[in-house]
Formats: sequence, structure tokens, C-alpha cells
Amino acid sequence: MKNCEALVIGGSAGSLDVLIKVLPSIDVDIKFPIIIVLHRKKGTDSLLSDLLSTKTILKVKEAEEKENILPKTIYIVPSDYHLLFEKDLTFSLDYSEKVNYSRPSIDVTFQSAAEVYKDKLVCLLLSGSNADGVNGLTMVKEFGGEVAVQNPKTAQVDYMPNQAILRVNVDEILDIEQMADYINKLN
Amino acid sequence: MSNLPAISDEQVETLIDDVLDQYGYDFTGYSRASLKRRLNRLYSLDKQVSFAEFRYKIGSDSVYFKRFVEQITVNVTEMFRDPSFYKVLRDSVLPTIATYPFIRIWLAGCSTGEEAYSMAIVLKELNLLHKSLIYATDINPTVLEKAAQGMFPLSQMKQYSENYIASGGIKDFSSYYSANYSLAKFDVDLREKMIFSTHNLVSDHSFNEFQLILCRNVLIYFDRDLQFKVLQLFDNSLENLGFLALGTKETTDFSPISKRYKRLEMEKIWRKTVDEKL
Repeated sequence: MKNCEALVIGGSAGSLDVLIKVLPSIDVDIKFPIIIVLHRKKGTDSLLSDLLSTKTILKVKEAEEKENILPKTIYIVPSDYHLLFEKDLTFSLDYSEKVNYSRPSIDVTFQSAAEVYKDKLVCLLLSGSNADGVNGLTMVKEFGGEVAVQNPKTAQVDYMPNQAILRVNVDEILDIEQMADYINKLN
Repeated sequence: MSNLPAISDEQVETLIDDVLDQYGYDFTGYSRASLKRRLNRLYSLDKQVSFAEFRYKIGSDSVYFKRFVEQITVNVTEMFRDPSFYKVLRDSVLPTIATYPFIRIWLAGCSTGEEAYSMAIVLKELNLLHKSLIYATDINPTVLEKAAQGMFPLSQMKQYSENYIASGGIKDFSSYYSANYSLAKFDVDLREKMIFSTHNLVSDHSFNEFQLILCRNVLIYFDRDLQFKVLQLFDNSLENLGFLALGTKETTDFSPISKRYKRLEMEKIWRKTVDEKL
């Protein structure tokens, strides 16, 4: 996709290692924001932002409610909240029921992003041990967005990408080494 | 099968207008993304088949409207949620306001009451409950009925007990309730100092002066204008040197009241400083 307006990356078990490998190679002049939804324990927010910010010169920060979403910025969804997108391109946080036993839920953020960015959205689903994110990818496709998943053969836990490939007409299946190049070309 | 949301952005606005006209409930300042998600959730939970029928049912059936309010507002809560917050409350905030002859606390958006009972337990352990009043309010009468019963799922007690201990509790948590089939019924003496009442933060006014106001994970569902309006309401309802506590991702920053408030430690607790407008 050209002229991507937002990239949302979702992942669970085994995803953090992928991000650590991919982030250093992402261009500084990307014209869109990157939003990362990772399943993890409560209260580990600053650790994750700190860790990821050592891997890129792009700005890394936790997504805050009612904050303007800016390009060239990597936003981390806080633990224990769902992240939603408003039409005026700000974030909202939501403390409602877990979805797929998860909060944040990847499905919730993918679906909300799809409604706002429609065919200017790219979503990438990484390694993980449940199917959170797969329904969201379906909605991304229905709104005309683009969908990529990690090649299950390269995933520490292949259930999540396998489910996506099984149930969604995915556009790209990417090895870890291919991801940064794919992301850089979304400009 | 299509995964597209059944209710469009325009239909969300139609419903907001309807319930304001017909019931006086004002959702115009609510964050749309969350509201839209809740509306679509209710639509599919109740197996609605058309927007027209859904709209008609909300507008014409006041019993269903009650369910509507209950379902589109978020009522997820737990006892001693964010233990580190309760630790600061126990170690610092409550001992500070303990010097007052009479302690008034407002839990705004108390939902099913888990925070009210948590607060009562801490007050009791600090030997302050006898001179305290906890005003627990919510927009939604159904959750207040549940809150007044003081019964929570027994299955949650392991988590709540862990939260309680992590927040500095030193008693046996199970000494505060008795198991009743699948429910834990909390001691009635915890309930004695609670007043449950409906209060709509959007449209209702200040009703008392408090030394402590808790409103956690409510403002995230409001847009910035409504957040500021509600913070102003809290400011009007808080004594000088009183405390305001918000959710872990909420803040008084950016709001007009922020200059009078000083944040405590790492938690989302602010203390009102002496009014300088005199």
C-alpha cells in the first residue's frame, strides 16, 4: 500500500523479540504513526516503552487518551486498557470487559482503526498463542485495508498467525527480515 | 457473514439525540469510539435485526431504556483495583484527612460498589469508619441496587484478596465476608456508612463538600470539554486541601482547574491547594 495513514501491529507471546529485531530498521521519515498492541501483564508499561525506545530513533510513547495521533511516532497501547480511535484522529482508552481474555485486545484496536482509517490502514499480526486479532483483520479487509501476518514458520508461537492465514484473506506473509522493508515501503 | 458494525456513525448521533429528547440523558459529550462500540455490542447481544426496531425499542420501552443505560456505560470494576493506589490512600491520604471531625468521601461513578466496600475496609482498619460517610453515586440505578447488596462473586475473592494484601492490608480478607453459594456477602457494618444515590455527572450539580473525591476510569469515556466540566464540578465539591483521585490513565493536566492542584507521589491523586482567587 502507498500513502498508508496508520500501521497497527498486534502480537502476543513471542512478539517482543520480533519488534526488537524490526524497529531498528524502520526509516525515520515514515509518514504514518505506528501503534503497537501487545498482550502482557499489568503495570509493565514504562518498561516496554523504555525498551522499545532504545531500538529506534523514532519517538516511542505510551498512547494517552484524547491525544492527537502524530506521524513518525510509535505508540504503545497501555496495559489493562483497550485502545480505540476517534474520527478526529485522537485516541480513547476503554476499561470495558476483556475480549478474548485480553485487555488490551488486538481485535478491539484493529476494528476501531478499520472504522477510522478504512482503506488507508495496514495491520500486521505477529506471533501469539490465541486468536485475538483475527476478527479484527477480517474487518480491516472489509474496509479495504491491508493485512499482513508474520510467517508462522518464523514465529515463536505460530497459533495466532496460523489462525489469521486460515480465516482471513491476508495480503502478505512476512519473514521477520522482510518486515522493516515492507513497512518502509508503505510511505 | 459481514463483520461490519451494524450501527453507523450517523445512527449513533440519532440515538444520542433521541435519548436526550425523550429521557433527558445527555450523552453528547461521550467519546464516540467507545459509545459506538457499546451500542454495537448491545445491538448484537440483544439480537436486534434492524436499526429502526432498535431505535423504536429504546424510545418507547422505558424498561429497555434502563438496560440501554446499563449496557452502554462501562461497569467493569474490582475491589482494591490498582493496589498501589490503595496503599497511598491508606498510608498517606486518609491519615491526613483523619484529623477532620467528620469525613465525607464521594465515589463518583461507583458502578457495582466494589470501590465503596474497599474504601470502607480501609477506613475501618484505620479506625475512621465510624466518623465517615461514603457517598457512592452512579448514573445507572441498576448498578446501585447491586452495590447496596454488597454481594460479589465468590470466584473473584482470590484476586481481591491478593489486591488487598498488595495494598497494605494485613487482616485475613475473608474475615470481611461470608460465603453464600456463589456469592461473597460483605459485612453489613461496612455498608452502614454508605449512601447510594443516582447522580449524572453530565447534568447534575454539586451536592455537598468533600475531603476526598474518587472518580476512576469514568473521565476516559468523556470528550475533553465534558472532562473539564466534570473536573470543575469536582473542584466545586472539594474542600480546600481536599484530595481528588482519578484513574491510572486520567489527569487534571490541560484542564482549567489544574493550577490549583498538586499531584501526590506516583499515583493519580491531586491535592487542592489553598484557593488563591481571594
